Amino acid sequence: MTITLDEAVALVTLEADLLDHGQFHDWLGLYTPGGRYVIPIDPDAEDFENVLNYAYDDAAMRAKRVERLLGGRSISAAPPAQTVRLLSRYRMLASDGDACTLRCAQYLKELRQHRERDYAANVTYRLVRTPDGLKIDLKVIRLLIATEALTAVSYIL
Amino acid sequence: MSDQPDPRSFLSADRADGSIYNDPALFDMEMDRIFMHNWIWVAHRSEIPEPGDFITTFVGPHPVIVSRDRKGTVHVMLNRCRHRAATVCEQHKGHTASFVCPYHGWAYGLDGALRGVPHQNGYGDDLDKASLPLVNLRVADYQGLIFATFDHAIPDLDSWLGAAKPWIDLFMKQGAGWPVKTMGEHKFTFPGNWKIQLENTTDAYHFPIVHKSFLDSVDQETQDILNFVGGKGFVEDLGHGHSVMVMIPELVDLDDNLDAPIPERFLELAAQLAETYPPEKVRQIIRAVGGSGFNLNLFPNLACSMAFFRVLRPLGVSQTEIRHIAIGMDGGPDIANQARLRLHEHFQGPMGFGTPDDAEAWDRVHRGALAGRDIPILLNRGLAHEEKRADGHLYSDVSAETGMRAAYRQWLAAMTAEPAGETVA
Ligand code: FES
Ligand SMILES: [Fe+2]
Repeated sequence: MTITLDEAVALVTLEADLLDHGQFHDWLGLYTPGGRYVIPIDPDAEDFENVLNYAYDDAAMRAKRVERLLGGRSISAAPPAQTVRLLSRYRMLASDGDACTLRCAQYLKELRQHRERDYAANVTYRLVRTPDGLKIDLKVIRLLIATEALTAVSYIL
Repeated sequence: MSDQPDPRSFLSADRADGSIYNDPALFDMEMDRIFMHNWIWVAHRSEIPEPGDFITTFVGPHPVIVSRDRKGTVHVMLNRCRHRAATVCEQHKGHTASFVCPYHGWAYGLDGALRGVPHQNGYGDDLDKASLPLVNLRVADYQGLIFATFDHAIPDLDSWLGAAKPWIDLFMKQGAGWPVKTMGEHKFTFPGNWKIQLENTTDAYHFPIVHKSFLDSVDQETQDILNFVGGKGFVEDLGHGHSVMVMIPELVDLDDNLDAPIPERFLELAAQLAETYPPEKVRQIIRAVGGSGFNLNLFPNLACSMAFFRVLRPLGVSQTEIRHIAIGMDGGPDIANQARLRLHEHFQGPMGFGTPDDAEAWDRVHRGALAGRDIPILLNRGLAHEEKRADGHLYSDVSAETGMRAAYRQWLAAMTAEPAGETVA
């Protein structure tokens, strides 16, 4: 059964809500065991494994990232920044059987230590239907300023 | 210029005044006396391997092009058109036969020579193209590290690097027999003075405190290796502001101890490599993947830091850009370079498990140093047992501030030197 735009949007909206509200353990459950969470540097990168990224997380790294944000032992993440993000401009690039590719825009505002920052990004998801429901198999966040100098990002984009 | 601050008043042998981080006039002096009169690191050979390759970067605040000409010679040229000063190239990197200024179309060769001027007859005889090349800086390299300076009178690079050279040789063993290549970079800024970052690369003391959450995220064996404060490591003042901080003595020479057991976290990689390489080579590659056990701080802007290059660039008195450049084996196995990339991502960069905490600490130094007046920054750790050995170098324990004192001595020497050299016109 083809994945509909509505189903796909519901999942990525849930992800955005969990991340903005610090429900990181629940967030981990949205991914397939082999899923990847990627923030590339090079805007044209596709072969993420062979290039340097900001993040190229498998399940183990995602879990460690969550531990770091919640553990209170990181001075840059104690507490993590507060964020509000909006997803929009959804387009289903491909939907075929039990998998689909969804692209959207993300606009995020961050507050930490009296400083507000914002990040715009194109986000591409590969979503797959599993016995446990729809899951994220790949999320690629292409930050508009990926090739510029960033500042510390102490949360999950 | 009588309104220039006196650098001596900011520094004594074992402390600095807090305003050394935030005095704008002092910063302007630094951009001249330090960044125009010392060798400044600009690029690694692998970033411009072929004739025609170029990158754009900075020497202090000055935008430059680093190019390789058709004969293979490297040029570092001010990115400033000789007509009315437009930057001639804004691409971060590329390959070209010439640089054409976008404003009025003056064209320069890879060596900076002015080749073409549109409608040149508008100048009559009043334009001597030979005297209007892109301004070339003095260039030298060591082990693929390319440096440039405005100053034609300072001693050559070899004598400037001096005792740091054997440490550079050791660092490059991370090629595991292949040349070292750069593999991308994490670039970020923090709101604070560049010297806060300069100090940090020779500060082992902070590691177990600031990097708790990183240490939580690695296996016990790695935690034990990184538990070096109070251990057998040391800091050595190498002269000219350079220093080395040896955190893991067993990982100084990566070609030694090849029969040491392979760390558990690399067993899987070793098994994969064993399908292609003999056991000895596998061990060499694995040791290279793990990185070196020391930080080599080269005054003022480069560090060969365990497994990557750290490059700093002052953007303003309270704004600094840092690049952490990943390195790997040029021609080495993909799986080994992938392992290095993943290790780099784990610690470095704005989303790494280490860098954001460092940046937070530097940010706080910057803000804290604005509090009060005439309160010193202490630089005396390890002084009590610091010793001068037969080689004439100062040594102290791994968490000593010996490397910071070395850097500040050079800072003061540069800041108070009568400019001996002529800078390029
Ligand atoms: S400013 Fe470059 S050609 Fe005029
Ligand atoms: Fe650090």
